[in-house]
Order: sequence, then structure tokens, then C-alpha cells
Amino acid sequence: MARGAAVSLAVARIGAALLAVACAVPATLAYAQSSTTRVIPLDQLKSGLAYTGEDVRALQADDFANPGMLWVERGEKIWNTPAGADGKSCASCHGDAKSSMKGVAARYPAIDAKSKQLLNIEARINASRSGDQKAPAFAPESEDMLAITAYVNMQSRGVPVGVSIDGAAREHFERGRAFYYTRRGQMNMSCATCHEQNFGKRLFAETISQGQPNDFPIYRLEWQTMGSLHRRLRACLYGVRAELLPVGSPELLDVELFLAWRAQGLKGEAPAVRR
Amino acid sequence: MADARIQIAPQVKRGDSFEVKIAIRHAMETGYRVDDVGKPIKRNVIRALVCKYNGTEALRVDMSSGFAANPLLQFWLVAGNSGEISFEWDDDAGTRYAERAAVTVAG
Ligand code: HEC
Ligand code: HEC
Repeated sequence: MARGAAVSLAVARIGAALLAVACAVPATLAYAQSSTTRVIPLDQLKSGLAYTGEDVRALQADDFANPGMLWVERGEKIWNTPAGADGKSCASCHGDAKSSMKGVAARYPAIDAKSKQLLNIEARINASRSGDQKAPAFAPESEDMLAITAYVNMQSRGVPVGVSIDGAAREHFERGRAFYYTRRGQMNMSCATCHEQNFGKRLFAETISQGQPNDFPIYRLEWQTMGSLHRRLRACLYGVRAELLPVGSPELLDVELFLAWRAQGLKGEAPAVRR
Repeated sequence: MADARIQIAPQVKRGDSFEVKIAIRHAMETGYRVDDVGKPIKRNVIRALVCKYNGTEALRVDMSSGFAANPLLQFWLVAGNSGEISFEWDDDAGTRYAERAAVTVAG
């Protein structure tokens, strides 16, 4: 495994202050040589499911007991309910989601052809909701947003994650990667400290996973409800006592793209269950 | 909208027992928590849930803040006639819910 391997600080787009920290503890800053060198090789990627317990795996696998399915069902109702100025439903334009949305979420975040912005699946749904359907956008992290995302993302169950980092996406990828490897918060830890150098080890009651994004939105037992990837990332930022960035913020969006690139080939699991 | 899901075997035999499952989307807010600024969050849990089989009460559950969010109930009934399994429940906020499913009995 390339963890803790050759560290090229030259390419590191991180501040000089961090450089000092990195020199003091070089082994803890696994920063690969080229920005597309993978710290965890593709054949060693593991879904967070592998680091949960037997009970959580059983709950996720049972499509009745999996509480996330309640949101999927609500999402299906939204899909078929007319809304907006022309009284159209998502289904009026997109037909059966099982075919039209299959594999869509696996390609996001992606640069939107129209606005040229990087959009994650939530933002893309909302762009269609307000732009095409002419209905009020779903509020971030609302029950309806989570429900429609759960429904759309479930159509990518079993579809390998595969995002593009070409063209306009590249700068987002680089920023997301820099964010990922930057130490932050009172604990002075980067995402990699936990999810690349210490996965498989315990942090209090939890087993640290590789921090993969192929399962969102998730039903998290601690939350007792559904939550987005960005909510999960806020929980990680909170954990290291770092600034809590809002759901949908450009920083979290960039890191989401990096995470998706890093997860290339992992199969979609929404709606997943996590501790 | 999509507050519950019910699962019953597609066909059951008269006299046989069959399993009924209901999963309910409800926050089951305990009343013991406070929000980000320290204000107590009002208790809102499901109070009573009643299941009827063809109009006859088959199960009544008094729920409380000891239940986890989004509860799932599983129980067994004995098959009589084809018809309907219906559920009704209400919560501290005064909202009433109802959900039903068909049951087909052979023999
Ligand atoms: C008036 C028609 C219309 C309605 C209603 C509509 N959409 Fe769309 N949607 C489009 C068009 C047109 C596109 C862009 C073309 C495409 O990629 O399919 C699009 C694109 C999308 C995409 C991106 C697809 C991709 O392949 O990247 C998603 C996701 C989406 N819509 C979700 C929804 C959801 C969810 C709803 C309901 C809340 C909805 N749309 C309602 C017309 C509509
Ligand atoms: C102090 C250790 C720590 C740090 C630092 C940390 N996380 Fe996490 N993270 C966790 C723990 C613990 C969990 C929950 C168990 C698990 O899935 O690893 C988690 C979960 C996740 C998940 C969900 C995995 C899944 O399968 O659902 C993602 C994605 C994630 N983290 C990304 C990040 C990112 C991005 C950063 C940097 C901003 C970060 N984490 C920083 C400890 C950490």
C-alpha cells in the first residue's frame, strides 16, 4: 500500500505553515507525487459497509427493514406528483426513473452543460426542479430533498462511481484534493489522517472506514434519520473541531468531486445504512 | 406523503398465521433534547397505533419516547377472510395518519 509513501511536497498546494507541520511529521502526510496518483489503489477500495457491523449490513440489505427505503418511497411519490407552473411531474419529462435515472448519480458531481457550474446530484435535481419543472427548489437537507435524492440515487445501485475530472472540472478536483490533504481544526488533522492512514482502526466506538461517498444519502443510526454526504462531512469537520462549512458550499462540493474520483469503480449503495 | 410502508405476504391460507410488518417514518422526538441554542425540542412521538383486520381491532400499541425513530413493527395474525389490514396512529403534534394494505386469503 502506498500509504506514507514518497512524499512530494513540491506539488502540494498547501500553505507554508502546513509545510512546517509536514516536515515535523513527514510520515503522516501521505501526499502523492502527481495529483492523480491514488493513495489507495483502485483494487483496494472498500465501501464503508465493510467497516460496519453484521447488524448494519443486514439492515441495509433488507429492503423492507432499511429505514432509508421510507425516503425512497417518499421520493417516488415526489417523482410522480405534478408541481410547478405547467403542472408537470418529474415523470412527465423523464418517464420511468428506473431507466432514465439509472447510473445518473454515479456520474455526479459533474460540470453542468448549461450553467458551466460544478453540480452535485442534489444541485442538479434542483436545477431541473426550478429550471425545467418551474417549481420551488427543494431546501438543502430537507426531507423532500433527501427523499428525491434517495430515489434518484437508488437507481444507481450497483453502478460503479465514475466522474470526469477533465476540462472545467479539473480545477475543482485540484481544490478538492488540496482540501482533503490539508490539516484543519483544533485537532490539526486532514481527511487523509483518518481515512487513508488509519482506516480499519477504531476511533471510540467507530471503525474508521476509507471515507467513501458511494452510499449517500445514508440512514445514519446516530442521526436517527437520513442525511446527505455534506451532512456527513460536517460531522467529520466537527470531529476535528474545524470550521463547519454549510451544506452545498463550494469547498464541500470540490471535496465531493475529489471523493468521487477517489472512489472510482465502487458500486452505488443508496440508500445505505451507517452507524 | 409516504409516511409508512406495509408488508404482507401476497397470499395467505385461511387458518394460517401470517406476518405483518409496518415501517413508519416518524422522528419520535423524545422531548429530552435541546436545539443548537439550548431551547428544548418539544416532544412529538406516536401515541397510539391501532391495526384492524377487516374492521376488527387486531393490535393496539401504546408508544412512548422509548421508541427509536422510524419504528418498525412486526407481528403475526391468523388469516380469516380476504380484505384489508388498516393502520391508524396519531402523535403528540395532533397529526392523524392512516395506511392500509390488501390481504388475499386462499381456501
Ligand atoms: C419540463 C420537463 C422536466 C421536468 C418536469 C423535470 N425535468 Fe429533469 N431534466 C429535464 C431536461 C430537459 C434535462 C436536461 C436533459 C437531460 O440531461 O436529460 C433534465 C435533467 C435532469 C437531470 C440530469 C440528468 C443527467 O443525465 O445528468 C436530473 C438528475 C433531473 N433532470 C432530475 C429531475 C427531477 C428529480 C425532477 C422532478 C423533481 C425533474 N428532473 C423534472 C426536464 C425536466
Ligand atoms: C478524526 C478522524 C476523521 C477525520 C479527520 C475525518 N473523518 Fe470522515 N469519518 C470519520 C469517522 C469515524 C466516520 C464514520 C465511520 C466511517 O465510515 O469511517 C467518518 C465517515 C466519513 C464518510 C462516510 C463514509 C461512509 O461509508 O458513509 C466520509 C465520506 C468521510 N468521513 C469523509 C471525510 C472527509 C472528506 C474528511 C476531511 C474533511 C474527513 N472525513 C475527516 C472520521 C474522520
